[in-house]
Parts: sequence; C-alpha cells; structure tokens
Amino acid sequence: MAALSRKWDPLFVLVLGSLVFSCKGDVLKTSNDRTESISATKIEESSPQAADLGDLRQSDEAESNEDRKAFTPPPPNDQFQEEMVIRPLYSGDIYASFQFRTQWDTDFLHDGKKVSHYRLFPKSLGQVLSKFSVRELHISFTQGYWRTMQWGQPFIPSPPGAELWVWFHHTVTDVDGNWKELTNVLSGIFCASLNFIDSTNTVEPSASFKPLGLGNATDHRFLRYATLPREIVCTENLTPWKKLLPCGSKAGLAVLMKSEKLFHSSFHSQAVHIRPVCKDWQCTSTAWELRQTLNVVFDLYTSGQGKKEWSLFKMFSRTLTEACPLASSSKIYVDVTDNPGGELFDLSPSSPLISTAVVLGDRRTYSVYDLTKKETFGQLRSLNLLLRWKGESDDMLRPPLHAERYVSGFGLQKGEIHTCLYNSHPYRAYPVLLLDSLPWYLRLYVHTLTVTSKTRENKPSYIHYQPSKDRLRPHLLEMLVQLPPHSVTEVTVQFERALLKWTEYTPDPNHGFYIGSSVISALVPSIVAMDTNSTRDRPLFSSFFPTKEESSYFMRVYTEPLLVNLPTPDFSMPYNVICLTCTVVAVGYGSFYNLLTRTFQVDEPSAPLAKRLANIIRRLRGVPLL
Amino acid sequence: MVLLFVCFCLFVCFSLLVLLELSLMLALLTKATQFFSSGHTNNWAVLVCTSRFWFNYRHVANVLSVYRSVKRLGIPDSHIVLMLADDMACNHRNPKPATVFSHKNMELNVYGDDVEVDYRGYEVTVENFLRVLTGRLPPSTPRSKRLLSDDRSNILIYLTGHGGNGFLKFQDSEEISNVELADAFEQMWQKRRYNELLFIIDTCQGASMYERFYSPNIMALASSQVGEDSLSHQPDLAIGVHLMDRYTFYLLEFLEDIHPASQANMNDLFKVCPKSQCVSTPGHRTDLFLRDPGSVLITDFFGSVRKVEITREAINLTNPTELSLRNELKSEALFYVDQLPVADIIHQKPKQKDWHPPDGFILGLWSLILLVFFKTYGIKHLKHIF
Repeated sequence: MAALSRKWDPLFVLVLGSLVFSCKGDVLKTSNDRTESISATKIEESSPQAADLGDLRQSDEAESNEDRKAFTPPPPNDQFQEEMVIRPLYSGDIYASFQFRTQWDTDFLHDGKKVSHYRLFPKSLGQVLSKFSVRELHISFTQGYWRTMQWGQPFIPSPPGAELWVWFHHTVTDVDGNWKELTNVLSGIFCASLNFIDSTNTVEPSASFKPLGLGNATDHRFLRYATLPREIVCTENLTPWKKLLPCGSKAGLAVLMKSEKLFHSSFHSQAVHIRPVCKDWQCTSTAWELRQTLNVVFDLYTSGQGKKEWSLFKMFSRTLTEACPLASSSKIYVDVTDNPGGELFDLSPSSPLISTAVVLGDRRTYSVYDLTKKETFGQLRSLNLLLRWKGESDDMLRPPLHAERYVSGFGLQKGEIHTCLYNSHPYRAYPVLLLDSLPWYLRLYVHTLTVTSKTRENKPSYIHYQPSKDRLRPHLLEMLVQLPPHSVTEVTVQFERALLKWTEYTPDPNHGFYIGSSVISALVPSIVAMDTNSTRDRPLFSSFFPTKEESSYFMRVYTEPLLVNLPTPDFSMPYNVICLTCTVVAVGYGSFYNLLTRTFQVDEPSAPLAKRLANIIRRLRGVPLL
Repeated sequence: MVLLFVCFCLFVCFSLLVLLELSLMLALLTKATQFFSSGHTNNWAVLVCTSRFWFNYRHVANVLSVYRSVKRLGIPDSHIVLMLADDMACNHRNPKPATVFSHKNMELNVYGDDVEVDYRGYEVTVENFLRVLTGRLPPSTPRSKRLLSDDRSNILIYLTGHGGNGFLKFQDSEEISNVELADAFEQMWQKRRYNELLFIIDTCQGASMYERFYSPNIMALASSQVGEDSLSHQPDLAIGVHLMDRYTFYLLEFLEDIHPASQANMNDLFKVCPKSQCVSTPGHRTDLFLRDPGSVLITDFFGSVRKVEITREAINLTNPTELSLRNELKSEALFYVDQLPVADIIHQKPKQKDWHPPDGFILGLWSLILLVFFKTYGIKHLKHIF
C-alpha cells in the first residue's frame, strides 16, 4: 500500500501518537518518507512520572551538547560512589550492605539563588531540602530486627519500622509546621504512611541524636525525632528508593536489588541519610552528601537452603555485568578477616586487591573488587562472587554493647517495662545515653523508675523526663547511665494502661499496640585505634559516624519494639445492646400498654359450616338468624 | 477474445483495488472521527481494596490485577491512586514474600517489581476515599495521593471487598453506603472533575452500590446482583488462601487480550463472566451514560490517551547563564559535632520552656477564688491589695 501510505502519513502519525505508551519513556519516530517536511528528529516523550520523582535525562545533555558547540558545560561539582560490603556472619547467614553516596557542592539553604539544575542528586529530595530548610535528614525503613548477639554490629543501625529524624536550619521559625509538612511530602515520595507522624509520636530529644554532619550550633529545639514501629516495608517502598539513584536500577550495583529476594530475608533495611560534609580536606566549606544504604541479612535456611555456600546469584538471583557509568568508584568489599589463609572458606574469583579498614572498633581485612575495571568481570563479562565454606568457624566475639527490652506483668491494667543493657567489656566502663519515647496511653509511674547494675543502684548522671499529655504528646525519657564493666544494667519502670476512646482504636485492636524501640547511643571502647582524620579517603562503610577520639567509637543500638495489649472494648457491643434494649422495651412496655388500653369484647365463636350455610339462606329469606 | 478477457480481469482487479482503498479510507476516517469525538484528554484510575487480614488475600490480588492491566495499557503511576488496606505481599504469612499471585501454581505475580501504593494500611478509610474523589484533601497532601482530574478526564474506579445490600465494608470497622457514593459522584460532577466515569465493583450484592447514582456520564458494572454473593475462584494450597474472585479473574483474562490499539468496546466487557462461569449474575448500568456503549472503547478507560501535537515552528532556547562561582568566604574550619559529649550533657542547663499563657482552667480557678474573696470581704479591701 505504498500509494496509500504517502497520502495518509500525517493521519498515521496522529493516530500513532495517540496510542498508548508505557510508563517508561518511549521514542516516537516519524516515518522516513516525511522527514523533509516534518522537522527533524525524534519527538521525545517523557514518561509522566510524578513531578516529585526526578529522573536523569542524559539525552537532554547529549542534545544540548550537540546544538551548542560554543557553550562548554562547567565541570561537574557532584560525584557518585557506590559500594557493597559482604560479611559472612558466624551463624551461617550472610550480611550484604549497599551504600550509594552522592556528594554535591551546592548550597540549598542560600536565599538568593534557587537551585534548579540537578544532575546526580535527585530533584525531589533537593526541593524538599530547600523548601523546609532542612539541615540533616535521616529516614530508614526496616523489616525485621537486628540480632546483635548472633550477627554482631551493623554498619548502619536502624529500628524496626520507619524512623525519621531531622535537624532543621536555625533560621526556621515554625519547626512544628515544617515538620508536619515534611512528613507528608516524604510519605508521598516513599509511598509510606509517614503522615501518621504527628505530635503524639514526635519527640524532641535533648541530648541524643546530635547532628552527624558539619556544624557547630546544636540547639535541640530544631531537632525532631519520630518512629512508626508498625510501618510495613515492601516493594512499594523500594521502588521510589531505587528511582532516587542516578543509574536507577539499570546499571551498577543496584541491578542486584530484586524485591523477591530482598524481602525474603531475616533483616531488610533501606535508608536515606542527607547531611552536610566537608567539601575537601581543608574543610572550610560544606557540600551536601546523600547516602542511600540498604542492609540485608540472608538467612541460611530460608535463602541458603541449609548449605553454607553463598554467591551473588544465590543471594540476589542476578550477577553483575557493569558498574554504573556515572559512578566515580564502584567497589565490592568481602570481609575475609576470619579467613587469613583461606582455610575457612573459598572465595572465587579471587581478587588481588586487599585492603584493611578500621570499622566498628576492629581492624578488618577486605578483598576488594573494583567494578570500574574490565578485568574484574573476567571472560564471561559477569561477576558472580562465590563463597564456599570448608571448615567450621569459631565463636563470635561478644559485642561490647547489647540491649533487650520486654514488658512484664499480667492483666490489662498494669505492667512494667524492663530494659537490660549488657556491657561485655572485661574491664572498661563507658557511658550510654538511653532514649525512650513511650506513647501517652501508657501512663508511666516515674517514681518507680529504677536503674540497677550488679544488684546495686546506679544513679544516672543526667535525666531528662518530659511527661506526656493525653492525645498531645508522648513520654520522653533520656538518661545518661554509666555501665560498669562486665555487667547487666536493668532499667525498670511501671505503667498503667489507659482506655482509649472508641474511635481511637485501629481496625484491628486485638493485635496490640506497638511501642517504638529504645535508642541507646554509646561511646564504646574500641579494640584498635580509630582514625580521627575525617577527610582521608576511606571506604564508605567506615565513615558514617564521625570519630573524635582514637580509643572509642560511637554506635547506636536499638532494642526490640514492644507489643502491648490495651483494654479493648467489644465493638459489637453497641449493636447487641441496642437489639437487647429494643426487645426488652418492646416486649415489656408493649405488654403493659396493651394491658392498660385494650378493651375486651365478647366474640361469638364461629358457627360450623352447616349453620353458616343455613344462616346465609335465612338472610336471603329475611328471617332472623340462628 | 483473450485480450478482452484479460482487459476484463484487469478492470475487475482495478475496481476491487479502488473499493479496498475506499473502504480503508473510510475505516481510517471513522477511526479518526472516533478518536476526536471521545472527548477526553487524560485518564485516571482509583483502585481500592477495602479488606484487611490475610484471608482476604483475594481482594488485594483483585485490585493488583486491575492495576497491572491499567499500567500495562498505559496509565502511568502518577495518574493512578492505589489504595490497599492491608499488606499481603510482605505479610509474614506469605510463603513467597514480595509477591501476590492471581493464578494458582504461582503463575502470575500481579504485584510486580514496580508498584507504587498511595494509600496503605490504616489510611484506607471511607473518609480518605471520599476526600480523594471529591478533591477535598488537606493542603499538605502530596501529589501522588491526589486525584488531580479535570473536566476532560476519564476515570476508572474499581472497588473490591466485602459488601452487602447498599453498603461496602471498609477494613472491618466502617461502611460506605451507596447513597454516600452517589453523592460523592455528584460532587465530582458539579465540580467538573470527570468527563466520563467507569465504576466497577466486585463484592457480594455489588449491583446495589450503583442503584443510587444520579449523575450523568457514569457507567457501572458489578459482579453480582442484589441478593447474590460473589464467589471466589480457586485456592492455592501452597499459599493457603483463595487467590482471586471469579469476576475479576475473568476480567483479568479478558484484559490480558487487550492491547493499547485494541478496538474492543464496552459490550464485550459486559459479556465478561457469564453466569456459567461466575455463578453470580454480573450486572451493568448504562442509562446515565450519554454515548452508546458499543462505541466506547475499553482503552477509553483502561488505557491512556496522549495527544501529540506536532509543531513546525522553531523554538529559540536562551543561552545558559554562566554559573557564577560561589564566593569563597575565608571562614574558619568547620568540624563535626561530638556525638556523645558526656561532660556537656551532664552540665546541660534545663531547656528554656516557651512561656504559654495560662490555661483556661487556671484562669477560671483564680477568678473563682477572687470572686469568693471579694464577695465575703467586700470591695473596699481592693485598694489594700493593689
């Protein structure tokens, strides 16, 4: 139909153009016959993603480079690094930690110039930072609980559920208003129910959660902390998180993130941390750092089928083929400290690069795979790390700090919360800061608060308690406790459960109500000297918490969330009461009314059939009836 | 003779060709006129699952299968408001996490890898649903949670859950009645928030929900009539629950055959799941709809329209301004804050609490005390006090 096509090309184009495109962007090309009349080129149709999810438009830059040869783009002032750490755990599980870091030399909080050109930094987060004058933002979504006694310490700790803490800039006048709007905007970005964060679960810690970024002013009026222990994490949270990465999930380490494998694990945590950092080694100006971290622990039995053999394909059902082209460095670190001569497990393909790093107070050795080099991928052009165990490992060193929390008592009226802090260091004592935020419907009896170590009372050197206000504010309890060496410190407080209004119960109240984890911040003595030089080039996983002194390092431990049953009314009760009352009223009052107002008449019994027929005939005849 | 015959054949072929061309032109013209007469410029979808708890897995699978079809046919996530009352994919009872299956033997994972749920868990309430429909949301609601439709939007609304005669149960704790729903649609019509609306409901006695509609341009489908129950399809023994409802199962099968350029119309949709397959009798209502259902394409509601306008004008782009370098203020070196400054914490001064004016209760109490005092002792003591 060549003759036909020439005539109806514009129509074809219009009809074609009206056809549906998938939500990834597609490119529409006009037919070749009409290239001379319809002006040049591709009609590029961008996918109408939500305006708050920015995406990288590489083709735009390429086009602009072609068109304007005279204009040379300025040198990029942002860089992107990605890395993954694989650490085999003593219980047979394996711990994989991804970190993606974008560092951008710009100023969001500068009043004069609005930042409008985004390259590697996601636009949705940049707009959030500038609109709400945020100095630091930390948000994490976690499924599962980190078992410190079996797995050791995580690189980036996080509590079960969702946790959000934000430092606002000191120029903000209405911190609470900004906080409320920020939570709503973030709930749209991450597809989570962060809009449930309101004044009943937000606290203002007075000593914990100091800023992790640069700065000198630490007025705690600009800090807000909230946690949602009930929040579920699933693919709908992972999808927008992956979209924030410069390469998305199409290249680099992020191709490993398949939700079916990631959520079939014992522990899954994804987080976004934004803070100002030193731009260079002189540290006279700041740059913004965005870290996206994903920690996952695969279980030996559910993911590993009971065999102590792990590979990238077994963990993620994918292998790596290339590094993200936008990354300046893309590395995989495998922890081989317990495998000095190769007698514990076999690592293949073996890598010539070995590096050591001081992380979590210990010097660990890592086998490094550099994905920016082609040789790493070998002949098959794909990298699949394989760890095969040969021998049995020794017992794990006890982590220096460990915490547990539970509710004791019986019945639905009273209870007692116990928090146990274990210091397993043989001779060093160190201070810990315990932050507890309890909802208002657990009425605490603070006079019953006791802190005991080794069966003797241990008086905290600092206590900050803010009582709750019903339906307005939760309890806030912060204590600085010195933990004696090799001891258990127990903090107990009694409480009473309140009866909520019937509209305040969730649709499934018999499940219970979740209490957020306690946060324990501690300066733990380290085994080897920590590196205090913060500007040296270090792997990402060892540079998250800034270190100020050599002999100890900072860490945070989260306890379990509690599940507390509140006295729950029977919600079918109003219906039952109405039925019962109406029945009683109808039967009782009705009978009474009838007795009073009913008149009785004597009624002739109805005559048998013969008599009735006879009566009919008599009526016809006009004769008096029988 | 042979020449004549050959000429005659050629003439017949030529006329056939002309006829074919004419018919093709006509078909294209009708398609073109249809395209320009459908009247809508964008498509939205509001997909709601109202049931909680693991044994209501099939309602989540219902909604996700419609979500999947609608996304496949082109409606982007920014134009879909997806409300799931409970999480089945990452539920701890799910033997295959991050998946929701619609066919037994785990053939089709409708949850996928690219899902964006806008309202989840406790957020799925009658109030939020009606607010989304009518647009009366608090100002801080993000865009992904809003239905930003205009008067040229075709909206698909799909509800599933447990229902009864005249109501639909939300999360085991509240109901929405058919009157409320009809009023919400009327509000939408008054505010010109839709061009045409397709309402599909898969619950027991679903037809009762569309009985009360009175706004124009609404077409409604339900999986069962009043007095009938909608039944579920097949259970999967590995997962342990019923995976889909019958009506939506056959609807999904029907939609899997639809592609973006498909010409299937609403009459085909009405035939989905006859009584032999569904056990209940699906119903539909078209009296409020202005166009003939036979001329309404499935893709008018399930797909997405993008009108592309080609322009021949040249567009002048301004030269980018040279980015001025930031003033390198020579400031002192910045440092990281000490994470646990023990000495500072111990000697921390108590926070300056903001002064609030006294509470009403306190004011009332003091005024009562003063009143009693002056009542007893008389006003002449006033000058001794002040």
